[in-house]
Amino acid sequence: MKPTIRFRYRKFKSVLLYALCGLSALLAVVPLVLIFYHTLSLGLSAINLDFFIELPKPVGETGGGLANAIVGTLILVGLGSLVSLPVGLMAGMYLSEHGNNPFGATVRFLTDVLNGVPSIVTGVVAYTLVVIPMKHFSAYAGGVALGILMIPTITRTTEEMLRIVPQSLREAALALGIPRWKTTFRIVLTTASGGVITGILLAVARAAGETAPLLFTALNNRFWQTDLSQPMASLTVFIYNYGVSPFSDWIAQAWAGALVLMTMILVLSMAVRIATRSRFGRGT
Amino acid sequence: MTPHGRVEPAQADHPARQPRIVAEKVNAYFGTTQALYDVSLTMLDRSVTAIIGPSGCGKSTFLRSINRMHEIVPGSRMTGRILLDGEDIHAMDAVLVRKRIGMVFQKPNPFPTMSIRDNVSAGLTFGGVRNRTVVAEIVEKSLRQAALWDEVKDSLDNSGVSLSGGQQQRLCIARALAVSPEVLLMDEPASALDPISTAKIEELIYELKRTYTIVIVTHNMQQAARVSDQTAFFYMGRLVEFDDTKKIFTAPAKKQTEDYVTGRFG
Repeated sequence: MKPTIRFRYRKFKSVLLYALCGLSALLAVVPLVLIFYHTLSLGLSAINLDFFIELPKPVGETGGGLANAIVGTLILVGLGSLVSLPVGLMAGMYLSEHGNNPFGATVRFLTDVLNGVPSIVTGVVAYTLVVIPMKHFSAYAGGVALGILMIPTITRTTEEMLRIVPQSLREAALALGIPRWKTTFRIVLTTASGGVITGILLAVARAAGETAPLLFTALNNRFWQTDLSQPMASLTVFIYNYGVSPFSDWIAQAWAGALVLMTMILVLSMAVRIATRSRFGRGT
Repeated sequence: MTPHGRVEPAQADHPARQPRIVAEKVNAYFGTTQALYDVSLTMLDRSVTAIIGPSGCGKSTFLRSINRMHEIVPGSRMTGRILLDGEDIHAMDAVLVRKRIGMVFQKPNPFPTMSIRDNVSAGLTFGGVRNRTVVAEIVEKSLRQAALWDEVKDSLDNSGVSLSGGQQQRLCIARALAVSPEVLLMDEPASALDPISTAKIEELIYELKRTYTIVIVTHNMQQAARVSDQTAFFYMGRLVEFDDTKKIFTAPAKKQTEDYVTGRFG
């Protein structure tokens, strides 16, 4: 049978739409490729062993590295995770398992609002809550600011991921005489762990990339510092400071810092995914 | 009523059987919708009670109120009493009730993140049994009881969801048996399975009733006739008739029951 005009027209529309979708998918990853390429081409020249093990050199001297900032970012994000993981995970569990009431709806709404609060505002809040009483900038304050930023992401993704765990699994567990809280922790959370971990990684990646809240809290530090009650260096603040400086070697180091930060997040994401991969190779 | 395989027609005479579960005037609600009206039913020790009736007649709701699974549905409530060995289940902790009254669901629902072994032992390990030897023994015993051991003994570490549907359902039965319940509730345990798996489950029920009190909800009247000692016919949330299975299927007292079991409606 010969295809009719209408059939050919439909076929044409189908192919056209297919092409558009493919093109859009390509466009969606183009920025990432561009950013990575650009960062790589400008930052790679400043990457050497010194960059990872040396401290920043004083103005005028060349060389040096951002060892303190790399460690500082890890510490600050670690502190932020320490604040946000317990709160976010348990709030998400509450919302998913027991949150079908006005209180739950309110918490859900406020969490979404918190998610939309500009990060610099969070920085100011942490400044008021931690920096002013302590009378100086500190890693603690930075951790609190990042923690507050991470909570809504972790809460809402945990909730969403737990919600898609089939009710039949909860019933199976409860019918075995497993208490409710154990069912939530050991059955529901484990089943949803892949998605929950993705949410946590998103929050970590976001926190690691924040600059504004750290300006008010952890500030910056050109020296080696692991005392959490003192100001602490971070890659993002260094990228900002060096990036706006007039010195070409600092600018190159800023690009290198950006490259290192991106690679760190990438490596962390992959490491966590491999470490938490399901035993049976389905999902994660 | 045709028996197949090794499944014998159910025995009607059980003079020495004691009442195990007694439901007294049970009313169950979902929000404002009433699902059960004054259901009173006595289920005997070590026998199989089948609950039949058309969709939406409340048979699953009744089954789920026996182990207090009804109450986990938001907005649900019930009135009346259900006694397990003379003790009101609402006076007991729900967790303890469910340890004594196990349940098998319509669709096989093994825990997807767990191995076959861990699925069977879940109720034990989460219930605080830590001794590995004891757990391993119970896992084997339960899988044997569920007639699954020979098929999975070499692949206990594989995923529970890697099994076929019929095997998954027997895995769920083994999982329920592992916590050594006294009563086993089965909510259409074979409705999602093929005839061969169904026959296996039915044989299993026949074996299990030596030890357990079984209540089974089924859409399949032949199945009820094959496996049960007593049958309850539910319609529109009410218990219409309850009697020995033989009597329900050969000489029911109520016209409604007769119409249903002969296939005139439902």
